[in-house]
Amino acid sequence: MPTLETLVKIALLIAGLMTAAAYLVLVERWVAAWIQDRLGPNRVGIPLTKVRLFGLGQPIADGVKFLSKEECTPAYVDRLLYFLAPIIMFVAAMAAFAVVPIGSVLPIDVEIDGTTRPIELVVAPGVDVGTVFVFAAGSIAVFGVLLGGWASNNKYSLLGGLRSGAQLLSYELPLGLGILGVVMVAGSLRLETIITQQAQSGVWNAAIEPLGLLVFFVAGFAESGRLPFDLAEAEQELVGGYHTEYGGIKLLLILVTEFLHMFIASFMIVILFFGGWHLWGLTGSGSEVTWPVAIIRVLVLLGKVLLTILFFMVARWSWPRFRFDQLMTMAWKVLLPLGLVNLLTLAVWVEYGDRVSRAMGLPPLAVMAVCGWIVLIVAWAVLAWALPNTTDNRPRRESAGEL
Amino acid sequence: MKRDDPGKGDRHLLPTGPDGCFAQKVPVPVSRAKLRWIEEPKLGPAGRTYLPLFLGGLTTTLRHLLGRKVTVQSPEERYSPPDPLIYRGVHRLNRDAEGRVKCVACFLCATACPAHCIDIVAAESPWPDREKYPQTFNIDELRCIFCGMCEEACPVDAIELTSLYDLSGKSREEMIFDKAKLLGIYDMTKDAEPMRSSRNGG
Ligand code: SF4
Ligand code: SF4
Repeated sequence: MPTLETLVKIALLIAGLMTAAAYLVLVERWVAAWIQDRLGPNRVGIPLTKVRLFGLGQPIADGVKFLSKEECTPAYVDRLLYFLAPIIMFVAAMAAFAVVPIGSVLPIDVEIDGTTRPIELVVAPGVDVGTVFVFAAGSIAVFGVLLGGWASNNKYSLLGGLRSGAQLLSYELPLGLGILGVVMVAGSLRLETIITQQAQSGVWNAAIEPLGLLVFFVAGFAESGRLPFDLAEAEQELVGGYHTEYGGIKLLLILVTEFLHMFIASFMIVILFFGGWHLWGLTGSGSEVTWPVAIIRVLVLLGKVLLTILFFMVARWSWPRFRFDQLMTMAWKVLLPLGLVNLLTLAVWVEYGDRVSRAMGLPPLAVMAVCGWIVLIVAWAVLAWALPNTTDNRPRRESAGEL
Repeated sequence: MKRDDPGKGDRHLLPTGPDGCFAQKVPVPVSRAKLRWIEEPKLGPAGRTYLPLFLGGLTTTLRHLLGRKVTVQSPEERYSPPDPLIYRGVHRLNRDAEGRVKCVACFLCATACPAHCIDIVAAESPWPDREKYPQTFNIDELRCIFCGMCEEACPVDAIELTSLYDLSGKSREEMIFDKAKLLGIYDMTKDAEPMRSSRNGG
């Protein structure tokens, strides 16, 4: 039975996410423009006046443009799948947010089924498999991409869909390994617990398992399909990839979904590795909160997420796109071993860590952090030494045969 | 060879497969001994860790993020081409010393135009110094790609590109410039922009 509380939260979340997506498109365009030495959108302000507001009206204009565009469906598409694909992607991406905490709790008690508890800032509080749920909902995206690519009946779309399918499947593995490490340390799959555990110890997971962060970060980038991992829609090669044949509101759905994937990735990075709403000396760590603390926690979390998203946006212009074989090498020969090493280290730590550090007379987390960083450096160095020192993938001279 | 299919004449010499596409093995007209296989440079120890590339990309973007912007705030600010004499904007048809159109209707510009946007109707010239002159001379500015080939091709420097870059109109018909309009552009720009060839000795 959905309660009023849940309905209100869902409404707020959807409204918030859509607004955020609209404005982050503007931010993305600004960042892109500034990096290219341009000014970016700075004209659209309040409609019908000459007030410019640094271009803050741009999202409205963009939205109106998308909605009023001609709704055109190519003749040879598989109509059912063609319309289904963007909807599947969008719904799955939105669903993932059901378990993502946007803060900690509000200091108002509500009574449900006879028990009194404070309002938690998450649509579905207390989901014990929160991490797995986000992960599962995120991987449904691959259906949308594949269906969209297939249903469009277009070579470029199909190629984009296939590439994306292979990419998403490959990177799910390192992504899972990155999450597993965190789950092992926290001893729970609940996102709220993972945050609380970091807040109470005061040490973020990024410090104690940098290798896990690295693996998760790169895999998260790849899962959200942004440059340098945007092979699915490489404009220079595939026109628009799997959404070449989409236009109007369907394209809008797909583009918003891509932004939602980036949000999810950023939220997960912040929650799993950067302490969620925790900031030393500002947010406290208990479950009893006052209004100011509750609000500060939300702001801290959103601030961290915004910084991560900004990094995503800057990264887009910083490195060239991977070639497909490099992409696969990255997943299977780099991230997978690194993830396994990370998991192994943490497993050993969870088993013996306490005893070792007690014997040495040092705080466990400090020892763990030092171990984590040493493992990162050693594993990276070994990998750098072991991988081929050229990226040449042409057929070799001997096997090239006749020209 | 028909001018409309550039390159067709060379291409049919290549062997083609049954479907008309090029056969798989196109003979390379060099001996294998002369071929040089260029190897990619090997990565050094630092390069193998990917850190220099990672930091290099990031510093470049951050430098530009904070750097000076080059946007010109048109229409409040006007962009002026650094050298208007080599800018490729709207066309004009030049007049000679007596104010007549210089063009001799030789069709070289229309032939050179890759966008096929010049349409000329030639007529017998009323003047004794040439045989033909253009009765009508239309350029579809919407089709034009402003490549400057017409200017290159003209033997009498009759057609030139000016430095007017912001041309706009309310209909497609309006954007097909006729002879009068093109001559008008000459009258409009002749003071600011002398004939280009005059700079090169006339
Ligand atoms: S500038 Fe190029 S495209 Fe335009 S009319 Fe001249 S030749 Fe044709
Ligand atoms: S090339 Fe020059 S002279 Fe010949 S038709 Fe064109 S404008 Fe006239």
